[in-house]
Amino acid sequence: MIITKQKDLESIICLIQKDPVFIVGCSQCATLCKTGGENEVKEMVSILKDKDINVTGWVVLDPACHFLNDKRILKNHKDELKKAKKVLVLACGNGVQTVAEIIDDAKVIPGLDTLFLGEIKRANEFEKRCNLCGECIQYLFDGLCPISRCPKSMLNGPCGGSINGKCEISKDLDCIWELIIKKLDNEKKLYLLKKIVEPKDWSKSLVMTR
Amino acid sequence: MQYRSNLEKVLKTEGFAVTAEIGPPKGCDAEKIKEKAEIVKNCADAFNVTDNQTAVVRLSSFGSSVILLDMGLEPIMQMACRDRNRIALQSDVLGACAVGVRNILFITGDHQCFGNHPGARGVFDLDSIQLIKIVKDMRDEGVFQSGDEIKFGNPNVFIGGAANPFADPLSFRVDRLEKKILAGVDFIQTQSVFNLERFNLWMDEVCSRGLDKKVFVLAGVTPLKSLKMCERMKFHVPGVDIPDEIYNRMKNASDPAKEGFDISLELIKEIKKTKGVSGVHITALFWEDIIPSLVSESGLL
Repeated sequence: MIITKQKDLESIICLIQKDPVFIVGCSQCATLCKTGGENEVKEMVSILKDKDINVTGWVVLDPACHFLNDKRILKNHKDELKKAKKVLVLACGNGVQTVAEIIDDAKVIPGLDTLFLGEIKRANEFEKRCNLCGECIQYLFDGLCPISRCPKSMLNGPCGGSINGKCEISKDLDCIWELIIKKLDNEKKLYLLKKIVEPKDWSKSLVMTR
Repeated sequence: MQYRSNLEKVLKTEGFAVTAEIGPPKGCDAEKIKEKAEIVKNCADAFNVTDNQTAVVRLSSFGSSVILLDMGLEPIMQMACRDRNRIALQSDVLGACAVGVRNILFITGDHQCFGNHPGARGVFDLDSIQLIKIVKDMRDEGVFQSGDEIKFGNPNVFIGGAANPFADPLSFRVDRLEKKILAGVDFIQTQSVFNLERFNLWMDEVCSRGLDKKVFVLAGVTPLKSLKMCERMKFHVPGVDIPDEIYNRMKNASDPAKEGFDISLELIKEIKKTKGVSGVHITALFWEDIIPSLVSESGLL
């Protein structure tokens, strides 16, 4: 799932600049993250109204990253959108762009920061799990990914900063290499890590291309 | 026998070498690094110049190495994977070799969040083991990482790496050293030794696997200048292991600098006795002027 976090209210209000605004949410990831579901959209409506900002309408897209679906749904809100000068999108970076592709008259602004592709551990607790690198190598590490979970993306880790199973950059972050070693050790497969993992072929990744 | 560098020669002929670190300045004033180099020039066989250590921007290790070469000192140029991708790293290996650098030490590098530009994007295209293997292949096979052929001169460098005997998990720490040897490392400098017990455990395992015959291990020594520095290293520098006993000695000392110096002397004495150790690597962080008395009083000179 795409994990998002709401921008702080001040910067959202600063981006709206007192203009009439239409609010868009998303039924999927942002709903599960509690950042852009119906509840959060409605809450945003009331917050903005309290700040004397004219909210012309709102909708929760299903999901925001579905271009044709968005086009159809937003058509039903033509009049509300016409009155708006800004469209505040409470969805991931993809949702913002899909909406911006459809709406011509108003300026589309992001209300969320998109953080990562990750897992919901429990309510409001998320962990990064994938960097969308274009060539999955988790078969080497028994279903654990050091590209996304090691802050140095080391393929021949751990680095010298792994202490008591925690990463050098934060005591809250498990050293993924410690987990990889433990898991393979339990399965008596630690010998697999004796082989040098070759540099990654980043041409398989689309991050820097299209 | 042709040696790639003085360091290689000393290690292979005398069996014990001393290296010392010269931290490049925060600025381009060459005099600053020359002053430090003057102080330590007769104290070691080769001199490490760090590559933006702890992710703080300093005079580059490449530029610093050229300054040392001009002074007639032998640099060990450090290169970290944090700030450059494989194109820049391979290019800088060629560049350094072209101007006369003969020892290069490769590390993955401290994470950028520790430095003075925490907003920087870390590169980490490679890790240290991959980079060591790439340079070994450039040197011995004449090929770049891509397989493309080197046309005009393979970089004939003595390849260094780092090891941290104090990081976890202990058993895998020796496996990882073995992996660096497999990649092609010629010499290893360890994280500064304070916890002798743990260092000896690691060294025992190194020797029992016969790895001391395959790579030169230089043990790191850092004289503690003050209680503040001791505390910083104990509590805030990743991968450093200062036992409470040493911490308490520093805490109770009437002259902490003298105590730190004495601790280093004791450590060097023990390290010299340790089987499989091929040298001492002195990292006197911002205290380079202590190095001459440290090497003379410990009998390293």
